[in-house]
Amino acid sequence: MEDTICAISTAQSIGGIAIIRVSGKDSIKIVNKIFKGKNLEKVLSHTINYGYIVSNEEKIDEVLVTVMKSPKSYTMEDIVEINTHGGITTTNKVLELLLLNGCRLAEAGEFSKRAFLNGRLDLIEAQSINDLIESQTENQRKMAMNNLTGKLSSKIQKLMDYIIEISANIEVNIDYPEYEDELVITYDILENRLNKIKFDIENILKESKTGKLIKNGINIALIGSPNTGKSSLLNKLIEEEKAIVTNIPGTTRDIIESSFLLNDYKINLIDTAGIRKTTDLIEKMGIDKSLNQIEKADLILLILDGSKKLSNEDTELLKKIKNYNYIIFINKNDLKLKIELEKLNKFDYVIGNTINNNLDELKEKIISKFSLNLLDQKELVFITNTTHQVLLKDTLKIIDNIFLNIKKNIPIDMLTIDLRKCYENLGKIIGKTYEEDLIEEMFKKFCLGK
Amino acid sequence: MLENVDVIVVGAGHAGCEASYATSKLGFKTLLITLNKNNIADMPCNPSIGGTAKGIVVREIDALGGIMGKIADFSLFQIKMLNNAKGPAVRSLRAQEDKILYPKNMLKKLSENKNLYILENSVKNIVVENNKVVGVILENNEIVKSKIVILTTGTYLNSEVLIGENKKSEGPHGEKNEKFLSKNLAKLGFKIQRLKTGTPPRIKNDSINFDILKKECGDDLYYTFSFDDKPYYKKENQRCCYLLYTNEKTHQIILDNLNKSSMYGGYVTGVGPRYCPSIEDKLVRFKDKNRHQLFLEPESDFYDEWYLQGFSTSMPTHIQEQMVHSLKGLENAQITKYAYAIEYDAIDPLQLKNTLETKIVENLFTAGQINGTSGYEEAASQGLIAGINASLKLKNKKPLILKRNEAYIGVLIDDLVTKGTNEPYRLLTSRAEFRLLLRHDNADIRLRKYGYEVGLINENQYNLLQEKQEILKNIIEYMNNRYLSKSELLALNIENNNSYNLSKLLKRPEIKIDDIKNLIPIEMSDDIKNQIEVSIKYEGYIKKEEKNVEKLLNLENKKIPQNIDYKKITNLATEAKEKLEKIRPTTVAQASRISGVNPSDISMLLIYLKKEYSNE
Repeated sequence: MEDTICAISTAQSIGGIAIIRVSGKDSIKIVNKIFKGKNLEKVLSHTINYGYIVSNEEKIDEVLVTVMKSPKSYTMEDIVEINTHGGITTTNKVLELLLLNGCRLAEAGEFSKRAFLNGRLDLIEAQSINDLIESQTENQRKMAMNNLTGKLSSKIQKLMDYIIEISANIEVNIDYPEYEDELVITYDILENRLNKIKFDIENILKESKTGKLIKNGINIALIGSPNTGKSSLLNKLIEEEKAIVTNIPGTTRDIIESSFLLNDYKINLIDTAGIRKTTDLIEKMGIDKSLNQIEKADLILLILDGSKKLSNEDTELLKKIKNYNYIIFINKNDLKLKIELEKLNKFDYVIGNTINNNLDELKEKIISKFSLNLLDQKELVFITNTTHQVLLKDTLKIIDNIFLNIKKNIPIDMLTIDLRKCYENLGKIIGKTYEEDLIEEMFKKFCLGK
Repeated sequence: MLENVDVIVVGAGHAGCEASYATSKLGFKTLLITLNKNNIADMPCNPSIGGTAKGIVVREIDALGGIMGKIADFSLFQIKMLNNAKGPAVRSLRAQEDKILYPKNMLKKLSENKNLYILENSVKNIVVENNKVVGVILENNEIVKSKIVILTTGTYLNSEVLIGENKKSEGPHGEKNEKFLSKNLAKLGFKIQRLKTGTPPRIKNDSINFDILKKECGDDLYYTFSFDDKPYYKKENQRCCYLLYTNEKTHQIILDNLNKSSMYGGYVTGVGPRYCPSIEDKLVRFKDKNRHQLFLEPESDFYDEWYLQGFSTSMPTHIQEQMVHSLKGLENAQITKYAYAIEYDAIDPLQLKNTLETKIVENLFTAGQINGTSGYEEAASQGLIAGINASLKLKNKKPLILKRNEAYIGVLIDDLVTKGTNEPYRLLTSRAEFRLLLRHDNADIRLRKYGYEVGLINENQYNLLQEKQEILKNIIEYMNNRYLSKSELLALNIENNNSYNLSKLLKRPEIKIDDIKNLIPIEMSDDIKNQIEVSIKYEGYIKKEEKNVEKLLNLENKKIPQNIDYKKITNLATEAKEKLEKIRPTTVAQASRISGVNPSDISMLLIYLKKEYSNE
């Protein structure tokens, strides 16, 4: 990180002010070259300085310059931020001057990358900055912020502390076998403590599931035979709620018809392609195809036409959805109901219509399906990275394996091999290693020696 | 005698003895220089050899052809297998040693060696030409030339003994120290650090009320450290140790007088070890403990002093009297030697190669406390490795570098040269990530081949090992192929319709090797039985460890070119860059063990190596 980098940090549009951020060991020197005002190389850290950006004596803009010296800055390097008057030409002119005087244009995310490489952010925190910037809903923002302020890191850290405490105790029992006053870890104690760790990891995974819904939105697949009113339901939902019109990232983009906010949760409606096609053969394929989409959805919304008897396709679909998270919407109760409700009494359904009814009951049902109303957003964290989820799941497997080996009377000093692996798995999530922590813990917590 | 010397070893403690034994035995004329001939292989601290992890080190020394195990077998008056009730990986021998016999037997062993000369003198500097050591300068400015110099100076470099505010420039027990050598090493570019250790008071035998103390005796079994020895002792003649505790009164005396100790009065500048704290340290750091365990250990059959383990202190003598007298059983005790703290100079082991040759001066090796370690066994093992590698260098052969999965000695040296240390370093089983493979029982299988290749293990010793391995192989083969009949299973109370071979049977938690030994038609010694039981019962975990070793070796085989420019590697964290630059590891595996170098940094390093050096 020898270079000094710069970039316009505010959105590139016409606004009141724009900020250009400069980071690197020469940042103060370089900005000072084009600044007329106090000598920036002599000002105190964390001060705002008034002056002009000049080019060959020509005043380019009247600015405020903030100087933040290493290591107390976002990147832990010397940072200078120039507040210019907004306006694309002026801001670009200042940027150009910086580039002419020795700065390099920062790559996307490079400031955060430096913050990570210089040790200011851990992996989870670095990831969450990205999430924060991309968040579209208030809930997404809160969750990203929770991760950024280290809530997830500290949950993982707590588990690691707990494992290292047991391990250190076992190590003390091994390395100082004659110290009778120290607790000796037995199978019972070990099982007990591991059960607690297991419970906590399971909770994090559960939360992550919810977290994923918040971050990516809840994917609802609309399915149903033709003419049951899928499109009108879809339109009505969007009409009643606030639609999101931005691009939706991720692999599901192709099949998402539209998104809207429901109680500040993002809902993605996945219209199951093919069902709208009319010829029989294609329709059959369409059902198969839509069933594939079912796998990807968090909730299936099956729409039945209440004014008609159940068709063969309907019966077919009812059979299929049983094993999934679903809601049935019996549409068209503005007409006379002819559907055989007695055949549906084992199913979870809502009756309504899109003509003279609001959809509150359906929406409440959706919310209750995810216990969204019960979430404590202050605590909610989310394992963004799938590798991390795999690590957590693997840790659970190892713990179960320890339980198995306890039954086989495998000595505790060998089980430490598994404990170590648990610790390393968790450590990979926040970037920590085992051995130093262990020895540190042994001598911090236990009184030993000649 | 001072001419045509191949190797000079400076200091005749546990490191110096092993080093000079190895080089002289391997055919090199060796001069061992000591401040005091009577202090060869002295034990200035605890009267024991071995202990957790350390006992395994002694076995490893023996497997490689060193002498500590043999001398210890010959000089002990109590021996115990620690952790006998735990898993086989953590079992370890510890013997109480006679402090008169041990040095005497060591001197005898060294004197048998015709290539070894012992000189009583002081070395105040080394002679360096073109970054290569060529000899040493003695006290009287006389120069002795040699091809190799091995420094094993223990706690004698610029040492100061502290009792309360009293500070004396001397070695342990008022011995002469060496005042100039460390300053001269500093001039050559060695980073000198100040370390601290201490020793407890010694108590006169007939002033102790043994009747009220709890006895701690040796095992009712026979053991030896050495793979070549038969036991020399009679188990019923072992001497016992005694257990006692500090109490509230003791704690009050210590806390009331804390600022009178050298440590808390601000008279000590060196860094003491966390694992060997003085009693005042223990009280300050663990305020809620209302007692601390102490042991009385006999020092020798030839004088009547007891070592008060756990009571190391730097309090003034009159406070020490009060402290000792507050202990139950020692109310009338007579202190024969007061406890003291000792500060001494050591070098920064990051300036060493993993052969124990220094990076700065060629042909200069260091071993033992000068490298920042603590403990007789740690010192001896380094002395042996330094001696072996010095000899191999003189013979133009590849050095002996033990890997972390091969020996505790490998762990010790790798830790030292990779992580460095800022406190006296002690081996612990917890430092060995592959401890299941580094067992007491298999040290010979792990290391004898190296001892044989080097030349410290003879043909006969090596043949015995090969015979043993052959027997092990045959038994395991037999057990894998010998299936049991239903009636045989029933006789063992096992009802099962599946086919069982002997190996599978032994895997059952309730079955011990002795339960099925009659089914195996091959004669088995206790050692063999133990080997079989461990390798079959714990096969799953051993395999798991071996898999981990494979991963390590994979990284161990990825060498880092010595001219690498870490500045050129993009996306390396700042801290990692600095550490790698300083330590300059030789392999990616070593790099991964440096604290502050994270897995993401290792990925970047691997990518860089692949990109830049893949054609080589």
